[in-house]
Amino acid sequence: MPAPEVRVTSEPFDAAREEALLIEGRRDIGALVSFTGLCRDEAGTLDALELEHYPGMAEQEIAAVAGEALARWPLQGLTIIHRYGLIRPGEKIVLVVVAASHRGEAFQAAEFLMDFLKTRAPFWKKEHRADGRPGDWVEAKACDDEAADRWSQNRS
Amino acid sequence: MRAVYFASVRERIGVTEEDIDPPAEVATVAQLIDWLAGRGEGYAAAFANSKTIRAAIDKAHARPDSPISAAREVAFFPPMTGG
Repeated sequence: MPAPEVRVTSEPFDAAREEALLIEGRRDIGALVSFTGLCRDEAGTLDALELEHYPGMAEQEIAAVAGEALARWPLQGLTIIHRYGLIRPGEKIVLVVVAASHRGEAFQAAEFLMDFLKTRAPFWKKEHRADGRPGDWVEAKACDDEAADRWSQNRS
Repeated sequence: MRAVYFASVRERIGVTEEDIDPPAEVATVAQLIDWLAGRGEGYAAAFANSKTIRAAIDKAHARPDSPISAAREVAFFPPMTGG
């Protein structure tokens, strides 16, 4: 397959356009799974999320996770985009698009990629509250670690 | 070596990055965290719950027992919350 497309950017992205680019001119792809993570307004209390990242390490870690997915499943295309900077409710934060022959590996690889992006990619979210009070850093969730761990347990 | 800080660690220490020169007996990531925590109030607050602090050496994830002798850049940050 072509090299995975990995982008860490402050710019908005167009998920439909990224999907179209991945399958353009291809006749061998049978399944395309796309996941988009968005900024929620948390019942109206959130004005924005500020995403901080570690430049250099973020790109390297995402590329490493992409490499692991390619080693586990016979994928035919892969795009991962992660934004940083100020992101408002309704805006997109992260995109994973996986192309494969069959849906099984495409679904699994997309879930694997998201589980590992959550726990390994160096990004941190700070809340900007709608009421103007100082916001907190979003805390990492134990369930995200558990979700990532199950892939090593499942490895046969 | 260069120390770089992110998110809540950066906010508590008050700087994004700095050059540090730990003594020779500071050999691992965990020992470096202990040494940094003794540098002042902000550092102590940043590293108060040192079990939750993650580190990277030259932009690769490191463990508490990872040696720092060859490191050019050591980063400290809370658990990641991307995605």
